[in-house]
Amino acid sequence: MKIQKAAQAGTVESSDIIVKIEPADAGVEVVLTSSVMQQYGKQIEKVIRETLSELGVDAARVEAIDKGALDCTVKARTQAAAYRAAESTDYEWRTKA
Amino acid sequence: MELNRIIHINEIAQNGAFDETKALIYKGSMGNHEKMLSSIREAIEKTGLKDGMTISFHHHFRNGDYIVNMVMDEIAKMGIKGLTVAASSLASCHAPLIEHIKNGVIKHIETSGMRGELAEQVSRGLMEFPVVFRSHGGRAAAIERGELHIDVAFLGAPSCDPMGNANGYNRDEENATMCGSLGYAKVDAQYADKVVILTDHVVPYPNTPSGIPAIQVDYIVPVQNIGDPAGIMSGATRYTKNPKELLIAKTAAQVIEHSGCFYDGFSMQMGSGGASLATARFLREKMEQENIHAHFALGGITGQIVEMHEAGLIDKILDVQSFDLIAANSLKNNRFHTQIDGRFYAGYDNGGCAVNALDFVVLSALEIDTEFNVNVLTGSDGVIRGAIGGHPDTAAGAKMSVVVAPLTRGRIPTVVKKVNTVVTPGAVVDVVVTEQGIAVNPRRQDLIDRLTAEGFKLNTIEELREKAEKTVGAPEPIKYLDRVVGVVLYRDNTVIDVIRQIDET
Amino acid sequence: MKLRRSMMFVPGNNPGMIKDAGIYGADCIMFDLEDSVAYTEKDTARFLVYNALTTLDYGDTELVVRINDLSTGLGIKDLEAIVRAQPDVIRLPKTETAQDVIDCEREIERIEREAGIPVGKTGMMAAIESAEGVLNAQAIAKSSKRLIGIALGAEDYVTDLKTTRSDGTELFFARGMILNAARAAGIDALDTVFSDINNEEGFIAEATVIKKMGFSGKSIINPRQIEPLHKVFMPSEKDLKKAQAIMDAIAEANARGSGVASLKGKMIDKPVVLRAQYLLELARMANRESWEA
Repeated sequence: MKIQKAAQAGTVESSDIIVKIEPADAGVEVVLTSSVMQQYGKQIEKVIRETLSELGVDAARVEAIDKGALDCTVKARTQAAAYRAAESTDYEWRTKA
Repeated sequence: MELNRIIHINEIAQNGAFDETKALIYKGSMGNHEKMLSSIREAIEKTGLKDGMTISFHHHFRNGDYIVNMVMDEIAKMGIKGLTVAASSLASCHAPLIEHIKNGVIKHIETSGMRGELAEQVSRGLMEFPVVFRSHGGRAAAIERGELHIDVAFLGAPSCDPMGNANGYNRDEENATMCGSLGYAKVDAQYADKVVILTDHVVPYPNTPSGIPAIQVDYIVPVQNIGDPAGIMSGATRYTKNPKELLIAKTAAQVIEHSGCFYDGFSMQMGSGGASLATARFLREKMEQENIHAHFALGGITGQIVEMHEAGLIDKILDVQSFDLIAANSLKNNRFHTQIDGRFYAGYDNGGCAVNALDFVVLSALEIDTEFNVNVLTGSDGVIRGAIGGHPDTAAGAKMSVVVAPLTRGRIPTVVKKVNTVVTPGAVVDVVVTEQGIAVNPRRQDLIDRLTAEGFKLNTIEELREKAEKTVGAPEPIKYLDRVVGVVLYRDNTVIDVIRQIDET
Repeated sequence: MKLRRSMMFVPGNNPGMIKDAGIYGADCIMFDLEDSVAYTEKDTARFLVYNALTTLDYGDTELVVRINDLSTGLGIKDLEAIVRAQPDVIRLPKTETAQDVIDCEREIERIEREAGIPVGKTGMMAAIESAEGVLNAQAIAKSSKRLIGIALGAEDYVTDLKTTRSDGTELFFARGMILNAARAAGIDALDTVFSDINNEEGFIAEATVIKKMGFSGKSIINPRQIEPLHKVFMPSEKDLKKAQAIMDAIAEANARGSGVASLKGKMIDKPVVLRAQYLLELARMANRESWEA
């Protein structure tokens, strides 16, 4: 999936995260600020990178502002932002195991 | 009269013969015992405050307090250095102390807690001497035993007469500043070498019944404002509407009801957190249904406790700290709503302290670990943001201590492997109630048996920890430097834990 | 028997509420992709609810997702995601006719096949929110084997009737119709929401009315409504004792080998037995959950 434009998903509410994705030439850069940076910063960045990798995004600049979102929320916001930024609605939903 | 002709006179009367001139000078006045002074500076001068001494403050004005900053600014202007500030607690409004620390006016701090910018900077290594954190009972005992010697106490009071009878309310003006009980200040007034009352409201003698009696007061300074009424206390503490806190409270009330501590004539204390306060509401319903009443309620007092007292559900209120205007007014008006001091409340080496008569206490927590240790002092990021208060005192004194907390706050788990700071040891914590399960300390097999027989499904504390971790994931530990910025004392003033400088590299 | 006394709405784009939805003891949680989600956030809410359903553990609570109606084009996108996340039930809004249910079921079945989910696994319920829908309630209730219940959505309905929500007079017909249609089809009937969460007295009064009418439960918008609602549905001690006496009499008659049981000289009819069984089961299930936070 190729990032075409800047887009974002999420809110600044507690337990949410705003994920902003912009086009980049190569590589995925993640700039994260989080209210739980010390305890969960690495994990949040890992989820963002894995989610983008699953979507086949290999070039993007990501800025995320986290307010204590769970992993499933980080994933959902990253997916939504990526599809918006890629101007795509070809969602691929996997069946729950 | 020739005194030396009286046998043994120097052993039985040491002050010589009566002098009529002196009597005439003092007749009808306080003579050289005049206490009313015109400025804070004059008071500081008269107390003889010097470099390196210890001064104290109370925290009954909470985040509305003007006294600490007012007095410290004046002391700084006078060039006095190296002081120890022993406040019963400090709040966010005390951030100006940072400058006094940097300029060497303050060398050391002793307190129950700390919040805001001051706490942030202390956590980042502002002070050379580690801050000493004591519980209210521990502080009272340390003062009584001389482990904490106060040279001068600067105590704000919403009313004071010219002799020094001071109170947390006043009887001649409805809308004046008030804080209710002066419980923690009472200890300072009794033991400090010099006591200065700062008041915005001088009332005629006698301002009785008084919180602080005139005989303990050296000087009185009238000031324009002692604090911001909105920051001192709210009109009425409202019950939480947060459904999670209500669920926790309801569960806690059910546990208490079936714990054996809920009988006609019981005694209780409710912490000030949303869930612990709401527990009182659910207990009230049960008390009314089953026609059970409490013999006394202790502690920080709220309007809810007052309403139960006025409805005949609680015989007596012992008030060391009033949390809202309803409580403060009740202290003024209700015969059996009594002001008690910090020693009476929780002084640990006094077998007669009130916490020892508690059937149960409901307390909140920032963190609880699988050894049932509780932290109410440092946040999940290791930064100081709370106060010990009477947490360990009441947990230790009560027959049953119930800690109520949500299992997670946002993404932060409350039940963890190891708390950042041990404030109240698992040795005195009996029950943990979360919205997702109840855990009883294995030390209390009697409670486990009783609650299980009543049909409760109990969890182990480890199960609660796992439940939290399953939702939010395992947190990485906070990084600290070796340097100690705070020393935490248990209520017997032994060192129970230290707070280290956080590592932000 | 499945208890559906309380069906709690959770806005589909609110991570905090989604995280905590399972702790309050609601019989059913209904994640909403429809009215509580702004049109511009339909995609983000869908991702959020999908990921919550595939990740978070809500225990035994029945999970329901309210999708957008199919005519908007959003509904089908919702189904593609949500059917694969396998909640217990998909709630169809603004159901006007039996055909609406049939159309939705066809899509669900197609997605089940594509996704390798056993056909028929996904339950459905239909919310009726218009004058037309209310008149078609009987046909709607019988339109699919997947239906576990039908529900009244009063806000749109009263607008359609050119009236407003008041003391319940405005809902007499719709409630009666929907309840009868549901019971005739052997499925549950769910009442509409009560929006003023601070009016507990009014809420209890309304819950008492719909319980007396025969509704299985009520949609709710705040966890604080769960406890009072469940209390309304809790059979009284007196009713339970009577029900137990009836069942004891039946057991005693059976032990005697007699087909006829009587209590206090009165023969016990079959409906009385069914009613007693229902009450005891309700109490048993309700009791099981007390103290289980």
